Amino acid sequence: MSLSSVLSILVFSPLLGVTVLAFMKNTQEKAIKIVGLLATLPALLLALACYFHYQAGKDLGDFSVKANWINFVGDKKYFHVAYELGLNGLSLIMVVLTAIIATLAAVASMHIKKEWKGYFMLFLLLETGMLGVFTSLNLILFFIFFEVTLVPMFFLIGKWGYFEKEKAAFSFLIYNGLGSAILLIVIMVLFAKTGTSNIHDLQQIVNAAKSPLSGSVKMGLLIALLIAFGVKLPIFPLHSWMLRVHVQAPPSIVMIHSGILLKIGAFGLIRFAMGIFPEQFKDVAGVLAFLGVINLLYGAFLAFIQKDFKMVLAYSSISHMGIVLIGIGALNATGIQGAIFQVVSHGLISALLFFLVGVFYERTDTSLIENLGGLAKGMPLAAGFLLAGAMASLGLPGMSGFVSEFMAFLGLFKDMPVLAAVGTIGIIMTAAYLLRAVLGMTFGQAHREFAGTMDLKGAEFVPVLTLMFLIVLIGVYPSVLSSPLKTALETIMLGLGG
Amino acid sequence: MSLETLQSFQWGIMAPEFIILAVAALLSLLDLFMPDKMDRKVFGYVGIAAIVAAIAALAGMIDHPVASILDDTFRLDAFSKVFKFILLGGSALVLLLAVSYEPKEGMEESRGEFYYLFLTALLGAMMMASSGDLITLFVGLELLSISSYILAGIKKRNIKSNESAMKYVINGGISTAITLFGMSYVYGLTGTTNLKGIAGQLASLGNPQYAYLLGLAFLMIFIGLAFKLAAAPFHMWAPDVYQGAPTPVTAFLSVVSKSAGFILITRVLLSIFGVTPSNGPGSIPILLHMQDYISFIAGATMIIGNVIALRQTNIKRLFAYSSIAHAGYILVAFASLSFVMFDAIWFYLLAYLFMNLGAFAVIQLVSEKEGSEEISQFAGLYKRSPWLAAAMGILILSLAGFPGTAGFIGKVNIFIGAFTGDNPHYVLASIMIATTVVSYFYYFGILTQIFFRPAAKETKFNIPTGILIVLTICVAATVILGILPNTALDFMHNHTNQFTDFLQ
Repeated sequence: MSLSSVLSILVFSPLLGVTVLAFMKNTQEKAIKIVGLLATLPALLLALACYFHYQAGKDLGDFSVKANWINFVGDKKYFHVAYELGLNGLSLIMVVLTAIIATLAAVASMHIKKEWKGYFMLFLLLETGMLGVFTSLNLILFFIFFEVTLVPMFFLIGKWGYFEKEKAAFSFLIYNGLGSAILLIVIMVLFAKTGTSNIHDLQQIVNAAKSPLSGSVKMGLLIALLIAFGVKLPIFPLHSWMLRVHVQAPPSIVMIHSGILLKIGAFGLIRFAMGIFPEQFKDVAGVLAFLGVINLLYGAFLAFIQKDFKMVLAYSSISHMGIVLIGIGALNATGIQGAIFQVVSHGLISALLFFLVGVFYERTDTSLIENLGGLAKGMPLAAGFLLAGAMASLGLPGMSGFVSEFMAFLGLFKDMPVLAAVGTIGIIMTAAYLLRAVLGMTFGQAHREFAGTMDLKGAEFVPVLTLMFLIVLIGVYPSVLSSPLKTALETIMLGLGG
Repeated sequence: MSLETLQSFQWGIMAPEFIILAVAALLSLLDLFMPDKMDRKVFGYVGIAAIVAAIAALAGMIDHPVASILDDTFRLDAFSKVFKFILLGGSALVLLLAVSYEPKEGMEESRGEFYYLFLTALLGAMMMASSGDLITLFVGLELLSISSYILAGIKKRNIKSNESAMKYVINGGISTAITLFGMSYVYGLTGTTNLKGIAGQLASLGNPQYAYLLGLAFLMIFIGLAFKLAAAPFHMWAPDVYQGAPTPVTAFLSVVSKSAGFILITRVLLSIFGVTPSNGPGSIPILLHMQDYISFIAGATMIIGNVIALRQTNIKRLFAYSSIAHAGYILVAFASLSFVMFDAIWFYLLAYLFMNLGAFAVIQLVSEKEGSEEISQFAGLYKRSPWLAAAMGILILSLAGFPGTAGFIGKVNIFIGAFTGDNPHYVLASIMIATTVVSYFYYFGILTQIFFRPAAKETKFNIPTGILIVLTICVAATVILGILPNTALDFMHNHTNQFTDFLQ
């Protein structure tokens, strides 16, 4: 196996599982769940192999693959779309994160109660879409994978979700449909004006002295990109769909949604908005940082008054995505690094918390803070991990949340101290709402008898321990993330001219 | 015209038309003499065989240099060849659907008529693709129209079918009259009906005053022909006609007849107005002047089609509005008048042929089994027949333009055309993409029924062979054109030489 086929196998290996599942009977619950889980493993192993390959000092370019694919006009030179996958430091980290969370979410999917076959087929299709998004080297391929995540999510929310699942599914579909529609316009304008959709070529052509795009067109495209990825991230006020999804989708899917899908927004902002339009990006960076502070505060304040723990986490996600925006808006190496750290850290933490929510719901049929009071009595282990996850989320030193928030704010304080100072209120609020919710659940007044409930058991330890381990690892040894990011960050900063 | 001149023509280039004509005539005679009791299904198979033979004849001439006979009234150029493949292929699939069409009431007495009228309609469409003269063009158009009027009303005892035919005739009559009136201006100015002759005369038109007259002629021809596309403002007939007509006829109208409309519009408007200066020699062609009007109609068609579709509960009415919307998308390709215009129109029509006919195959099966055309009949299809549900899912995703399907590549092609050139159509393309998102509501509404809702009854479907073949071809083609679009694009690029012989 040559190295250049690694990425293709990595991206499409989940589809092998889909094929196998297609020929299984819907009633073989156990076998389906095992096949579903096994199908996520090749991608995980290959992703880790890529990571260690790069850490060993070898070149990520080894993995690049390129083949002719679509030729829109007879001409060989222009309007040609290649099938090209590749990695850089940033996408490598996202791929590893995706593979880990997908496998853990597959473990969490043991709580799914019906139609396992359809569920796992869509789940694996979703994983292929996500892996493809992070590895594509051209915009049209990126968009194709981006849309591939949309359809399975629609069905996963709409069929396996809670009471208002169809409403949530449509809300997801329409908001994200609009977002990707705007994205498609940007991609097609770039493609039509330059004749290529390769990201690297586009960076050269768009920023060349004789660019085929005028300054105002570039600005327009950048704003469109910000809106498109802003829906995904989500940036206030484009967030209402995401609350519904967090509450209505099954917890294993929310792990993926909150852990990875939201991060496509941040990834897109850094890779495309900042990468292709660096000049124009400088002009809007301040606005982004401002929007980030709004996100941070808005999410934190609303999280404080929620009754449902899932809603607390949903608003907490909005709040934490604000920190990503702050880091990006700071427009210096520290800030951007903080943003990427926050992407990874929040991905892990929210996956952990939503996994626990899934466990609680499975045992008690509720996720209301009030009804869960006194949980520590019946489920001491789960309650302990919940507390640990919350500590990571509020940025306790020694855990991943601290590193990322610290760096993002450090970046912002350099240029915009006032804004950053206002933003820190959000950090305090985070501690307040998380402790209120978690203490209310674990130690609050017991409304129910939890004596007979089962604590964490068997396979449930796998996601909890893995995620906890990674959170602490990043917290005490940030180099696991920062060393692969080094070159990618330097390239980004070079593009920004600083 | 002496016999020798007649013999000197290259009649061979009309071979596909002759095959269809001969079989249509044969079937009409057979229908007269065959005993009433005998099943007319065999006509369907003969018809399919005829179409396959015509496709083979056409494929044999694929690299034939441009040729014309009968005083330039019939021409065989790259444009007519590649578009005739769409007409023939679409008709073959529709005939397969028709063979498996067994409605509860209404068509027993007129089965035979159905098949030969179908072939004459196809013949009309093919003549339109090849004609180089306003007269043959118009005759082709009328042959298609009149055959379709009867086809729409062929369920004699069904009141909806009758209503459908009636509305079709009246609306069709009005729009034909408008087209013809527009053409009369062109004839009046040039004194010829030959497209090449007209173009030559108009190119040297001295008096810029005539440009206004020609602008008027353009609008009348375009608006009249918009009827065939079911584009606004002549879209009103579509929902009623689609709903009342037998399902295979609806499929025919939405795919073959619509393609014929686009062929006609491209042929007439490009050859007449594409070269005519708007203001004295050397100025920009009238067609470019008229771009805004075409864009306006395209925008209105997309908005009307997609928005009104949201409120439909009858699946055939819903697909009528969806087909109006798709006409709007293709009009965007036409309005942008870019160098990929032919490619975009051709590819989108091809993609639309497969995705729409596949969807109609499922619609025909479900509505026939349930005796109702309500969307709610699709509830629980996933439980009753997972493969059927999966096929419908893929086709609907393609109609909604999701990547991995032909519909997406078609849209990308249209966007390339809309954004290239000095005058990018940002607004029009934005309308197109915004209305596409609107269309998610009703397309995913159908998917919601199929996959989320419980079924009223658990009976399984047995799928007739004809429908099974159509579905297999359509789903396979939709996916292949979506993942490897160059299978079709290369065919076109290799055999058309970028349509340089269009005006020769």
